[in-house]
Amino acid sequence: MSATAAAVAQRSNAPPIYLDNQSSTPLDPRVLEAMLPYFTEQFGNPHSESHVYGHNAMAAIETARGEVARLIGADPREIVFTSGATESNNLALKGAAHFARAHPIGGKVRDRLITLLTEHKCVLESATALEREGFAVTYLPAEPNGQISLDRLAAAMTDRTLLVSVMAAHNEIGVIQPLAEIGALCRSRGVLFHTDAAQAAGKIPLDVEAMRIDLMSISGHKIYGPKGIGALYVRRRPRVRLQPLIDGGGQERGLRSGTLPTPLCVGLGRAAELARLEMAQESERVGRLRDCLYANLRRRMPDLQLNGDLEHRLPGNLNFSVPGITVEALIEACPRVAMSTGSACTSASVEPSYVLRALGLSDDRANASIRLGLGRFTTAAEVDFAAEAIAAAVSRLRQAGATFAAG
Amino acid sequence: MNSMIRRETYLDWNATVPVRPEAAAAIAAALRDCGNASSVHRWGRTARQRIEGAREAVAALVGADPDGVVFVSGGTEANHLALLGSGRKRVLVSAVEHSSVLQAVPDAERITVDRGGIVDFAQFEAKLATDPRPTLVSVMLANNETGVIQPIAEVAAIAHRYGALFHCDAVQAAGKIPADVGAIGADLVSLSAHKLGGPPGIGALIIRSGLDLTPILRGGGQEGGRRAGSENLPGVAGFGAAATAAVTNLVDYERVTRLRDDLEAAVLATAPEAVIIGSGAPRLPNTSAIVLPGVSAETQVIALDLDGVMVSAGAACSSGKVGPSHVLQAMGAPPEIAGSTIRVSLGWNTTEAEIAHFLQAWTAMYRRVKPRGSAARAA
Repeated sequence: MSATAAAVAQRSNAPPIYLDNQSSTPLDPRVLEAMLPYFTEQFGNPHSESHVYGHNAMAAIETARGEVARLIGADPREIVFTSGATESNNLALKGAAHFARAHPIGGKVRDRLITLLTEHKCVLESATALEREGFAVTYLPAEPNGQISLDRLAAAMTDRTLLVSVMAAHNEIGVIQPLAEIGALCRSRGVLFHTDAAQAAGKIPLDVEAMRIDLMSISGHKIYGPKGIGALYVRRRPRVRLQPLIDGGGQERGLRSGTLPTPLCVGLGRAAELARLEMAQESERVGRLRDCLYANLRRRMPDLQLNGDLEHRLPGNLNFSVPGITVEALIEACPRVAMSTGSACTSASVEPSYVLRALGLSDDRANASIRLGLGRFTTAAEVDFAAEAIAAAVSRLRQAGATFAAG
Repeated sequence: MNSMIRRETYLDWNATVPVRPEAAAAIAAALRDCGNASSVHRWGRTARQRIEGAREAVAALVGADPDGVVFVSGGTEANHLALLGSGRKRVLVSAVEHSSVLQAVPDAERITVDRGGIVDFAQFEAKLATDPRPTLVSVMLANNETGVIQPIAEVAAIAHRYGALFHCDAVQAAGKIPADVGAIGADLVSLSAHKLGGPPGIGALIIRSGLDLTPILRGGGQEGGRRAGSENLPGVAGFGAAATAAVTNLVDYERVTRLRDDLEAAVLATAPEAVIIGSGAPRLPNTSAIVLPGVSAETQVIALDLDGVMVSAGAACSSGKVGPSHVLQAMGAPPEIAGSTIRVSLGWNTTEAEIAHFLQAWTAMYRRVKPRGSAARAA
């Protein structure tokens, strides 16, 4: 163990090392600082037109909207604030489908959607809800490395296909999809392209023009911003039309009613700004740490199996299986490292990841897989300590297993 | 520019309110925490504990079972989840509901209200008696523009007598008057944090035990499968702290009532032609909808704003559209009355000095727009 890793280990009452940045990122102190005044002294309702408190709040929101737009090469008028990526994904799929059903173009029905079996639950659940309403959904398998097959996608498209939804970077295995290629294919077929970029935004360069993206979901708390806020990018040219899920006061150009939470919008804006300014440097540093961690773990556990593709991968993500152990036992045996079995929303229920199953992994291997998420505040010392602690825990579990088997 | 010397008096508390100190502390603590409340590691468990503590506090605000509290992004979403999720094909709403209720089910049947803003019981009961389809009834506890409080337990009792589900939008009432789910007799109750001293971006729908709702947002199965999405931890924590503070400090509103009544008396003494909307009905302690006939609401709020007094011309949500209020129209007010009404809403921190500031600015405005004698001629 290195000296610094030992120093980390010494702080025995310290909180565990946080390697769960795909589940949620800590709030950047600079984001917190930007947000705080809007909880208290700048508390006006941004929709109050009649006084300065309202005007100030709305001005701060519009600045934030501009920053979110800038991160992805969009126009501020194309950004709709939502309560998070789950709402953005629900709005994108259901909103586009409901609008298309209510307004067929030239009598032509577009009532089919295409997505991947490995998408986030909120995309899959939105899709199945649409199936119950009579829409047809094609769920494509991913390639073994997690990427989409463009040939398969092209073959699945028909003249009734309305929308394709593919996650930009995966929440469990970090795989990055060929967005520009998917976008070009969709555009050539007159199909809308939605991407869930909750994990990708701020981590890898995204450009809605170059990638021909029509709808993009963004989350605050995955980019060192606050929880409870997200955004949906909705293309203006050519215009993408949606039917709102939540109607009322007519905020957000009628696409999403409800009083805008000024401090949360400001936080998302500041987080987007920081991500844009620091992305290049940060992804290099985090990628280097991730590679160190992976090399370190492989040295200690040569039988470790990587899940997903190492090349097309988020810099902060690692997902691997440790043969012969279960991930619940490992999490219990290694309490000093905060890690996860997969996506946080399903991790309370201990089932093998449907994502890894969809990639063709056996139940045993899926049950033995762990996700480590590195981020902006992860240090080299923490990574060293984590490798040591995980390897030691695995070794203890294996010994206990061997003893048990022998006894 | 000159805000350092300018006196500012905020009397638009029905639009939003400053975060209570207790809530600000809870938000600040939770913002510094990291972790997803659904994660199994220690940080995730800490987040989970904060959320469950807040759930109990919000439940206590309305005397509900914590299991029935579903956190959502705000009052608008709560109203949508109640109206769209109930599965009842037929929906009856009062004509003075918030736009988020009216827009959730645009073809809902409207229950009319009388001139005082109270639902017309005869019409309401006739609608239920003549159509046996399973129905959801939605009537707000207190109106956001006028403060008029509905005889809500009677409304709920009638709804239930005909087998209807009853939803109550208590967004504007909770924290200002007692709002007990049992006393109301509601199956579903909507709440918003930022109207009672919590942060914006968080609210709750209270669901009676045993009632199943179809979710609007699907995904990770959070909130018992009733509302997907990673929990807004600081929002939830702030809501919980604000709910507790609101219950503890409900007594503040006795003082607020006196201030509001003094304000109305002074306005009427200055301008006998002014009208207080809904003054004959029970009202929220903090709300005053004041009509100055012949003077547009816009003129009034701009004049007051120039003097540092912040009020509104009605609900804050319509984003730029200054149309006549549907609430006042439903109460039978002709367009010229509806267009001349301002909403003055007080809060727990409102002081006598602020009321004096309002009256000074209002009187100055009145003297300008109604030169001495013209009021008498009009009368």
